[in-house]
Amino acid sequence: MAVDHDTSSAKFAEYAAPGRLVSTEWLAANLDTPGLVVVESDEDVLLYETGHIPGAVKVDWHTELNDPVVRDYVDGEGFAELLSRKGISRDDTVVIYGDKNNWWAAYALWVFSLFGHEDVRLLDGGRDRWIAEGREITTAKTERPATQYPVVERDDSTLRAYKDDVLAFIGKGPLIDVRSPEEYNGERTTAPAYPEEGSLRAGHIPTAQSVPWGKAVAEDGGFKPRAELEAIYRDGAGIKDGDDVIAYCRIGERSSHTWFVLQHLLGFENVRNYDGSWTEWGSAVRVPIVSGSEPGSL
Amino acid sequence: MAGMTDTHVPATLAEFRDEFLELPAADRLELLLEFANELPPVSDEIASHPEMCERVAECQSPVYIYIEVTDGVVTMHATAPPEAPTTRGFASILVQGLTGLTADEVLAIPNDYPQSIGLTRLVSPLRIGGMTGMLMRAKRQVEAKR
Repeated sequence: MAVDHDTSSAKFAEYAAPGRLVSTEWLAANLDTPGLVVVESDEDVLLYETGHIPGAVKVDWHTELNDPVVRDYVDGEGFAELLSRKGISRDDTVVIYGDKNNWWAAYALWVFSLFGHEDVRLLDGGRDRWIAEGREITTAKTERPATQYPVVERDDSTLRAYKDDVLAFIGKGPLIDVRSPEEYNGERTTAPAYPEEGSLRAGHIPTAQSVPWGKAVAEDGGFKPRAELEAIYRDGAGIKDGDDVIAYCRIGERSSHTWFVLQHLLGFENVRNYDGSWTEWGSAVRVPIVSGSEPGSL
Repeated sequence: MAGMTDTHVPATLAEFRDEFLELPAADRLELLLEFANELPPVSDEIASHPEMCERVAECQSPVYIYIEVTDGVVTMHATAPPEAPTTRGFASILVQGLTGLTADEVLAIPNDYPQSIGLTRLVSPLRIGGMTGMLMRAKRQVEAKR
């Protein structure tokens, strides 16, 4: 049984899917609500252990949502085993939060969406806001009884784009590059803090527009209000209703953040995350690449 | 310059490695967190002169290291932010493991030491690369300052 939406925020009410976000205040009041599970997903695998929202379980994108050998996500059986072990049921409302402006929380939410877990929401402002507000953090271990999450086949066709999809897509719709301008221009093959996630070539996919992910974030760390987001993505990037949109970054975590904005906050209906992103495209043989500050063409 | 050099894991680093490997995988992250909590604060001099330190670009978080070599003996200093406990753990292992060694002993540490301590699967290969970056930069500073 899904938990009621957070209807307290005028900002949320303006979004296409207001129920996809919760406020810290709402979450604090609902920690013990049956049918709600809180999940923490961070960039640092030990951050949860230093303190987490009471009752939250950790789901680490790198080590728990990914196949350890092949560059892909866990399959239906793997996801069912993971969520059963974490004590999450198919009809639970899952609220995900994390560090780094919810990058990895958004990525985890996107993976949950591939498996069709219906009610997944983000905590606006993430871990940093919860802590900044002085809310309760605990190191007490969370014990949730195991559940029997069903084996669901992953749907890779709706929200996910592969390299070949992108190759065929160039020129047919908006491609959004959410990386830093230096990565987009081709000045760097890596982001300054992430040299491990490099590639052999620098630049961007032809026709892609540069809309760095951080443009969607307000000064207070939450998402910007709808009107401001519309100005950035609709007026600025020219995305129109009915467009197919594909977003990418380096390994897909920041483009998941933008995917969340486009899909759930602005209501564009056909938004896909190209999770291979630049670590794949920038090292792939013979794919088209453009450098410089213009989107370019094929 | 010598050709092939033998590598050797010094006693403290060997002890740390064995501590990790002796634990069941499920408990190793907890040990890494203990290391993180042991990372000593840097001296006032270093804290007030960040320009003395080298940024470890391989780490996702801002991590800085500084190596001193005095009378042939190495002291390693490192800072890493509290919101990066994994990185603090890596730094702590190296700070404790390298400090007190001779320059030669540091240079003989195998570069794949981070991959030998049973953490790669637990933190992911991407993240363990940060520790390798730290070790290699430390060795470079030792070479330059010996």
